[in-house]
Amino acid sequence: MKRITRRHLEELIAQGLMYLSLALVAGSLGWILITIIERGAPALTWDMITKTPQGGFYLGKEGGVLNAILGSLYLALGGTFAALVFSLPIALGLNIYIPRKSRWALLVRSVLDVLWGIPSIVYGAFGFTLMLALGMRASLLAGIITLAFVELPIMVRAMDEVLRRMPRDLENASYAMGATRIETALRVVLPQMLPGLVTAVMLAFGRGIGDAASVLFTAGYTDRIPTSLMDPTASLPLAVFFQLSMPYPEVQKRAYAAAFILTLLVLLISFLSRWISARLSRYSIK
Amino acid sequence: MAKAPEKVDESYNTEARKILASRQRAERQASFEFRALSTFPAVLFVVVLAVLLVRAWPILQQKSLINLLLGDVWRPSEGQFGFLPFIAGSLWVTILAMVFAAPVSILCAIFLSEYARPTTKALIKPLIDILAAIPSVVYGLWGVLVIVPWVQQSVAPTLGRWFPFLPLFNSSNPTGYSILSGALVLAVMVVPFIIAISYEVMRTVPRGYHEASLAVGATRWQTVRYVVFPRVAGGLIAGVVLGTSRAFGETMAVLMVVGNNPIIPHSIFDAAYPLTALIANNYGEMMSIPLYDSALLASALLLLLIVLMFNVLAALALRRATAREQA
Repeated sequence: MKRITRRHLEELIAQGLMYLSLALVAGSLGWILITIIERGAPALTWDMITKTPQGGFYLGKEGGVLNAILGSLYLALGGTFAALVFSLPIALGLNIYIPRKSRWALLVRSVLDVLWGIPSIVYGAFGFTLMLALGMRASLLAGIITLAFVELPIMVRAMDEVLRRMPRDLENASYAMGATRIETALRVVLPQMLPGLVTAVMLAFGRGIGDAASVLFTAGYTDRIPTSLMDPTASLPLAVFFQLSMPYPEVQKRAYAAAFILTLLVLLISFLSRWISARLSRYSIK
Repeated sequence: MAKAPEKVDESYNTEARKILASRQRAERQASFEFRALSTFPAVLFVVVLAVLLVRAWPILQQKSLINLLLGDVWRPSEGQFGFLPFIAGSLWVTILAMVFAAPVSILCAIFLSEYARPTTKALIKPLIDILAAIPSVVYGLWGVLVIVPWVQQSVAPTLGRWFPFLPLFNSSNPTGYSILSGALVLAVMVVPFIIAISYEVMRTVPRGYHEASLAVGATRWQTVRYVVFPRVAGGLIAGVVLGTSRAFGETMAVLMVVGNNPIIPHSIFDAAYPLTALIANNYGEMMSIPLYDSALLASALLLLLIVLMFNVLAALALRRATAREQA
């Protein structure tokens, strides 16, 4: 009898701790979202999203964060595109051209894991050194290149996860019809796996747009909207970081608004990728 | 039946051959390109390592490694580059964050994989995904607005009053910008990450094991403890190590709440200055001081090597854990 009560007590304690942990995690999330909304929503005026900062460099008390919104979109779109150009062939190569269990495939995947684990500040320092070596200044282009390094391993790994789950029969059927590997890759594998691949791209985009450490030295920061690839560029994460430390409430307000917009964007991307993936997968063969 | 054609259509034949040849050419070219591109990650890694090493070389040549790693004075203008305060700062914040995050994450993962019904799971998983998607500056902002004042006004005075004899809780730092604040923010950031890995690992245990254990009368917790745990312990450790590596390399959120004071901390309420914050705060400026730039890239190299070590350890543990499961 004693044995039974003891193990049931243990069960109760374990479950209690689990619910407590869940409550802590959910509570923190709620707390974060409430803080961001509470501070950000009142700061979010029409001027905030349609005007650049005005009334003096850095300390200007008027205007909004349009420079950071557009800058972040340019940076993340550019970085994601650059990463995509390399990621898609690497992921396809890993699953179609390189034998699955080969040493080379194992090595490439391990290296990707390592690249994925490198902190973005290290990529930032690397990108900055590279930028100086190429004789460039902090600019949109340098930011895009650095961001592409950060996004590449995220994208390839996510794509690889997707492609690994592809039904083998489909690929074999294509070969049996006499298709070459490149034809199979582009006309069978790609359309079939499109929903998953789009999700992978959006995941990397979401990471890219929120990453501050990599663009800290490479993209620079400015109140203006960049007009060429060689112009320095503001970004939302850095807008939060720089403006929060200013002693003026008007400037801090811009930090809150930037954080709110950034969170909104990232959540939007997360939901959108789910929705797109669900919608596109109607057309793939199950 | 049909009459044989009087003349073979030569033009068709050459046309088909041409098409086949061009397809084969495309295939050969693609094969080469795909294989060549698959070397890109390895090349990138080697280049990153080489660039950091080359730029860090001047200081590595002038100062001994022991001098750099164990020196506790950081005065770049006087040529003193001791990394110890920064290494200690990184370790304090990371370890404390993992003390908070590891048990909570593993308990959540157990709940998700062993206890939760599908509907509950469908409700909780998006929440964890959201937590993982929030950018680090937003965590930092939350830390500055919420955690730092909380630590300053409630936690530090209370713990200082209750445990005045513990040096861990004693500090002369009156601001809330401290190791504890950094660790709390960091803990919330790595929780979704560790949950995701632990959950994946726990799902590899076949259903039959659970059923067998429950069938002989074990409670669910007993099943977790005696059947699931021994099989996934390696994987869970790998998850925690990967989380540690993430926490170690996290920059912005920590930088915003940890105080950034280059001294070796002694209490969780002291300010600290992690390696990542050192690079973020100083790189890109102050290039006129000799060796400064080299010292900062040496610290980036150090950061990279530490994180690399964590990742290799975790990969080995994970591989062993999953290999046993598949055997």
